[in-house]
Amino acid sequence: MTDTPKRTPLYDLHVELGGKMVDFAGWEMPVQYPLGIMGEHKQCREKAALFDVSHMGQVILKGENVGEKLEAICPQAYATLKEGKARYGFFTNDDGGIMDDLIVSNAGDHFFVVVNASMRHQDIPHMAANLDGVEVTEIFDRALVAVQGPAAEEVVGSLCPAVRELKFMETTVAEILGAECRISRLGYTGEDGYEISIPEDRAVEVSRAFLAHEDCEAAGLGARDSLRLEAGLCLYGNDIDTTTSPIEASLNWAIQKRRKEEGGFPGADRIQRELAEGAARKLVGIKPEGRAPARHGVEVQSLEGNTIGEITSGGFGPTVGGPVAMGYVAKGHGAPGEKVNLIIRGKAQPAEIVALPFVQQNYKR
Amino acid sequence: MTTYYSEEHEWITVEGDTATLGITQHAADQLGEIVFVEQHGQGDEFDKGEEIGVIESVKAASEIYAPLDCEVIEVNGTLEETPGALNEAPEGDAWIYKIKLKDLSQLEDLMDLDGYKALIG
Repeated sequence: MTDTPKRTPLYDLHVELGGKMVDFAGWEMPVQYPLGIMGEHKQCREKAALFDVSHMGQVILKGENVGEKLEAICPQAYATLKEGKARYGFFTNDDGGIMDDLIVSNAGDHFFVVVNASMRHQDIPHMAANLDGVEVTEIFDRALVAVQGPAAEEVVGSLCPAVRELKFMETTVAEILGAECRISRLGYTGEDGYEISIPEDRAVEVSRAFLAHEDCEAAGLGARDSLRLEAGLCLYGNDIDTTTSPIEASLNWAIQKRRKEEGGFPGADRIQRELAEGAARKLVGIKPEGRAPARHGVEVQSLEGNTIGEITSGGFGPTVGGPVAMGYVAKGHGAPGEKVNLIIRGKAQPAEIVALPFVQQNYKR
Repeated sequence: MTTYYSEEHEWITVEGDTATLGITQHAADQLGEIVFVEQHGQGDEFDKGEEIGVIESVKAASEIYAPLDCEVIEVNGTLEETPGALNEAPEGDAWIYKIKLKDLSQLEDLMDLDGYKALIG
């Protein structure tokens, strides 16, 4: 890709704050600020951190029975998603693989969808082609910021009291400094917090107002990655992709009972079969016993020396205070407590299968 | 004692035919917060350019290379428990190895401080 990376409405603010800018999925984004990845990570776990996630795709779906139509391309129960509620989900393909993961919100007169930056180019045409009679509009004139952490309610609530009333996975429209924002109580860090869609010409002002709160600091993609990993959340392209089914990816919880039973989505055959019989492999948490991080691609072996899987996400968990990883292991393996070896630079390093998440999720239910 | 620098951002401070080896502050700053150092053992021998260790930061793993033919005569064991010291004092207490040099003429291929400063701009 030789295209010049795109910039979000907050680009100048990132540079002003000393953000170290890198190319991510065609966007020039801050990987960290002077506070550093560990400091930003801990800031989010202990107080509040502001992330620019404007590179993600924001989409408006308008039409009759949008939720019902979404059920034809997603295994989630979107037909019964109540107004003001948001729900995590994914697009599946005919083989039962995951095309992308997303958040769908019922905004009353429309549905609001957020998809991954790297998959916008696929997801928008996919929805347009498959949602008959639905107007699919990608939003280009709004920023998206996430304020995450135990102090997020204070940071956002001090400017917009209405957000205090929201519960986890609820969404509303409210004014912040007079700018009309869509505010959803969710995120991808394992902490309480909000994702806020802001008109682009007001995004810097609103972000500065959040950052002016003594408990809020800017955080970059580096901390976002270590936070979601500790929270046991999948990263599309690393842990899940078109070759992994939701059951393999341990995303059973994200498919509602009615859809599991009735099917009627792409790849339902495989997904229902795996629900009944178990999948050939399973995404699990893996905790290296030493200090060496095990990164994407590291081989997982049984103690007998047989290859049983591969690490898909791994690194250092600042809150855990040591290395953490997720990966796939073959059927018959993967019970918490099972000892395995990770082959790091040719050497077997001891590790243990653990239940996810590594750090307790802290949502306001 | 004279200090030399490699293009791989290591420093060695030479005294006779032994030297202390570490990474430069510039390298440590580029790596970001260091969380793990993989070191070889005392007595291990390396040819110039061979991998002599791995430094893992929160971002990525980076190899360090032997700036010249050498044998490890002492390993800084404190880095195992406090790898973060490499961010604080990479050119001081957080040295990585003491080494015995096998071919002093290889020092000519390394840079002095001015040369290194020019390299990192």
